[in-house]
Amino acid sequence: MTVELLRLDGVSRQYGRGETAVTALAGIDLTIIAGEMVAVMGASGSGKSTLLTIAGGLTAPTSGEVVIDGQWISAMTAKQLAVLRRRTLGFVFQDFNLIPALTALENVTLPLELDSWRSRDSRRAGLDALASVELADRAGAYPDDLSGGQQQRVAIARAIVGPRKLILADEPTGALDTQTGEAVLRMLRHRVDAGAGAILVTHDARHAAWADRIVYLEDGRIVGQTSAGSADELLGAGR
Amino acid sequence: MSVRQSILAILDQGPSYGYRLRAEFERRTGSTWPINVGQIYNTLERLERDAFIVKRETDTDGHVFYAITPAGHTEVFEWLRSPVPRPATTRDELAIKLALAVTLPDVDIDEIVRVQRMSTMSTLQQLTRAKNAGDDPDSTDELAWLLVIDSLIFQAEAEIRWLDHSRSRLARATAKGLSASENPSEPRRRGRPARAGAPIIDERTDDAEALR
Repeated sequence: MTVELLRLDGVSRQYGRGETAVTALAGIDLTIIAGEMVAVMGASGSGKSTLLTIAGGLTAPTSGEVVIDGQWISAMTAKQLAVLRRRTLGFVFQDFNLIPALTALENVTLPLELDSWRSRDSRRAGLDALASVELADRAGAYPDDLSGGQQQRVAIARAIVGPRKLILADEPTGALDTQTGEAVLRMLRHRVDAGAGAILVTHDARHAAWADRIVYLEDGRIVGQTSAGSADELLGAGR
Repeated sequence: MSVRQSILAILDQGPSYGYRLRAEFERRTGSTWPINVGQIYNTLERLERDAFIVKRETDTDGHVFYAITPAGHTEVFEWLRSPVPRPATTRDELAIKLALAVTLPDVDIDEIVRVQRMSTMSTLQQLTRAKNAGDDPDSTDELAWLLVIDSLIFQAEAEIRWLDHSRSRLARATAKGLSASENPSEPRRRGRPARAGAPIIDERTDDAEALR
């Protein structure tokens, strides 16, 4: 059964008004289902990041509708939307956005604490999330004591902790070396294969290739999509 | 050429016969280069003709075994230690297609690049999916497969980067109002511009004369 996690219906976003108005997104239709990773590619200024912030309910569209996990966000109050974001969405940013005064575990469990989880439950969920990114042994370390790759893995653990269904990642491997970047993508991929959905904004073709579907943006419009088919025709049926 | 050298390299590990050589070739190259057994026997015939291998006994199942000769061993050694030459000139269809398209009027080069980029990106997705579907990355078979598939991934990525570069170059050229398009029916001027008052020579006539 297909479970729809996100739907953008005719979403447009303009900044400014009148003659100086800039259209960041124009008429975007996009659906993400459970178990699907969608990469968004495009040149700088094509609208990639705006699309991600609208998909995450951080920016309101000028027109069109956003449906997150079956809920129309235009009908929600700011408080309801904040709760939906906290419970359903996980964000990963290029610059990690970890809080230096909190340990890795505290950073990971912060969304759960804000959601009034019992301390014991949030600790267990946090350790599970850190274990899934192979950092359970660094739970007590502060961000400054972690390498860039480890910090990004903590950020991913924070994005997937608890019952998060949709991961929104903006250039999550931008600051990482090739190997660490690949490890981060592998973790995201595992999470998606386990039933989450993900949007990955990237300019890197090799990273985008991890997605099931790639959406190409130009001047705020989707100009094409590609899906990963079978590799048999490329490599023979021996694999 | 590399099938011939690869078969020879496998035979350098010990005598073998056609079907097993094909299976070994596919196993050692991650099944990324399918070959039929007919190609194997043709290759074995040529290697025997060139004295790099000799025919040995036939087993009870009718398999004809081949063994490498000292000359064959030297050939393998030389192949492994020599770089694979890259062609200095391109025969790449895509590069030639773009180069030609940019000289044609009323052709949407940007669209050609965009369509190609999406196609190559789809290939890169398939390769990445195939790579990540592998088993134990530390096994010898998997390592051989990963080396080959990484090569294909890097080639696809390089093509995408080249397409992006080409698109930027075309955008800059368009912004400057440059165009390489030319009508072949128009007379083509060569050399320095004619001096004012000098007689104009129709080069088509010259060329036609030269051909007679």
